[in-house]
Amino acid sequence: MPKDRMQIPRQKMPTRPPEERRRSFEEVALGFDMDLALAEANRCLQCKKPSCIEGCPVQVRIPEFILALREGDMWGAVGALKDKNSLPAICGRVCPQETQCEAKCVLGRKGEPVAIGRLERFVADWERAQGVRIPELPKPSGKRIAIVGSGPAGLTAAGDLAKMGHAVEIFESLHVPGGVLMYGIPEFRLPKEVVRAEISYLEKLGVVIHTNTVVGKLYTLDELLERFDALFLGTGAGLPMLLNIPGENYNGVYSANELLTRTNLMKGYLFPKWDTPVKVGEKVAVVGAGNVAMDAARCSLRLGAKEVHIVYRRSRQEVPARAEEVHHAEEEGIIFDFLTNPVEIYGNQQGWVTGIRCIRMALGEPDASGRRSPIPIEGSEFDMPMDTVIMALGTRPNPLVFTDAVRLERTRHGTVVADPNTGRTKMERVWAGGDIVTGAATVISAMGAGRIAATDIDRYLKDSSGPWWSGQG
Amino acid sequence: MYRILAKETLTPVTKLFVIEAPEVALKAKAGQFVILRVTEEGERIPLTIADYDRQAGTITIVVQEVGKTTKLLGMMEVGYCLASFTGPLGRPTEIERYGTTVLVGGGLGIAPIYPICRSLREAGNYVIGIIGARTKELLFWEEQMRSVTDELIVCTDDGSYARKALVTVPLKELLESGRRVDCVWGIGPAIMMKFVALTTKPFGVKTIASLNSIMVDGTGMCGACRVSVGGKTRFACVDGPEFDAHEVDWDLLLARQRIYLDMEKLALETFERELARVKS
Repeated sequence: MPKDRMQIPRQKMPTRPPEERRRSFEEVALGFDMDLALAEANRCLQCKKPSCIEGCPVQVRIPEFILALREGDMWGAVGALKDKNSLPAICGRVCPQETQCEAKCVLGRKGEPVAIGRLERFVADWERAQGVRIPELPKPSGKRIAIVGSGPAGLTAAGDLAKMGHAVEIFESLHVPGGVLMYGIPEFRLPKEVVRAEISYLEKLGVVIHTNTVVGKLYTLDELLERFDALFLGTGAGLPMLLNIPGENYNGVYSANELLTRTNLMKGYLFPKWDTPVKVGEKVAVVGAGNVAMDAARCSLRLGAKEVHIVYRRSRQEVPARAEEVHHAEEEGIIFDFLTNPVEIYGNQQGWVTGIRCIRMALGEPDASGRRSPIPIEGSEFDMPMDTVIMALGTRPNPLVFTDAVRLERTRHGTVVADPNTGRTKMERVWAGGDIVTGAATVISAMGAGRIAATDIDRYLKDSSGPWWSGQG
Repeated sequence: MYRILAKETLTPVTKLFVIEAPEVALKAKAGQFVILRVTEEGERIPLTIADYDRQAGTITIVVQEVGKTTKLLGMMEVGYCLASFTGPLGRPTEIERYGTTVLVGGGLGIAPIYPICRSLREAGNYVIGIIGARTKELLFWEEQMRSVTDELIVCTDDGSYARKALVTVPLKELLESGRRVDCVWGIGPAIMMKFVALTTKPFGVKTIASLNSIMVDGTGMCGACRVSVGGKTRFACVDGPEFDAHEVDWDLLLARQRIYLDMEKLALETFERELARVKS
């Protein structure tokens, strides 16, 4: 009975206690066990017109996988989940469910929505524990596809295309595949084992991965097009934006990308067992309040910082990070300084940062993004002594991949122009998707774009007779 | 992949490696660099390309042993495969017909100026080389440098070989002699490059330096290599490594090179202790 179901409270995610986890890189959220998962799955009302699916950027058949789960058909749940989402163990951990599927859940109108993300993670983790089943692959199509970048967009496109019978090769600039999933998102939020499992699944599907390969330097896009029938660009938005205020180059001032890369990709937290050093002082300020800022702040704490501040020019309402990350950060003792904007970084004679000068902000009228724009309050400058400053202000696409690619049209923000319905760029036989097209966004939207492009690539490889460009502009 | 095909000891602390990297060799140009890891747990270190052979499919790198990673690399023998080897990175040297060019290489900097000299000479420039080292035993590639220069001046800081002088002394004499000099390159330790820039500035001669800042990915992603050139923040890995030496904020580069000094020392000490333990 729906009424009975509505009596069941939303099941809490078991987590490591804040005191234990604030110095540990072990995963914070521990995952549901079968009892918790069944209790949560029993809350789902199995709506005739499920609005949760509308909230999902890739339209996962949510009620279907939850029904299979509660009926004990775990492989059925896996099938329903993976039909639309090839990386559920990752999405279950990093998707902003509260603004997507869970925001649309009818239970959320009066109480709390079904914990869809937690169930997604449970089903995906169950599958990984069983040993992933490799689907039967169709006859090889004889077509070859190059994927540039091995983040969520590239991995998704690669998996889909391999399952369609195409020969897929991924080109990755770093020494490990996974993109932002490996260098950006920390171990305590997304264990690298989970990402490696997804990548080894792709390899079992026949996908060939070339690491240490910087497209734009080692090959141009035109050179790749000579060897491949189609090309998908999923190189993300890897270029850090800086503060552009005096003092940004003092020692001890990092881009979040650098701190996270040293920590996650290079395992700086295991120094000196691993060789790459990463250094944070006692007092750390992270400028910005997105997921990357939360990751940088929580990494700093785990690297030994005593006091970590999130410095954000807007207010709590405008914080772009996932609710759970903000909640976890606060539990771990991260201090939030809202309506505060750095105007200068100052340092000592030896070139090390010693603090940031900030100005207080007030919220004015909504700006182009629909958020109320912050306005500096004159004369409100004050100093915050700091040993480390981390800039987490967003990222832009890295232009390296565009070397000599004159036919690839880009916007003034540096993103690639691509038809959202197909992923086609203005350069024939080149598709793009994910942050390289949208600017910094989410793992799930990049995945969705990878999937759209894969579908269109397959269509094109079967019949390329129509006009190449039918998008806008 | 990335196998060591040949190894040569150039000085007691400088080793040369010929690495099997056919695709990198096809694209490599003078002035570019690679980033390598010796082992899986290793850090990514940038090294300027000292030579390349497109036919043989090899890249030559020259390494000075200063910290754990370079010491470990120095111990690797022919047949060992590096954990990773990425390149070519950075922008190549702008090879044009300048006229008369002077290339100053200090210490390890002799290695990267060699292919630049060769390319400049192929482009029809008159190439004067100035190479120097602290002392005789740290000097290398004199004969090789002679083969790609029209004139070569050799000096040591302590006078143990050839002329006793810092590399900036013959450079200054050359500029003062009234001979026409169209472009100068200075590659070596940051402090040497700073003084090359200071030496040429009063003469208004275009001067280029290759900045050896700390890097991680080498593709513009992390910004560890931030330098200030002409008052603007630039990334040495993608905007450089070569920049107008007169515009570089040298003191910032020198300060930023010291960020991890204490941790680098710790890594080296731990490594040497471990080595001693294994040996005994």
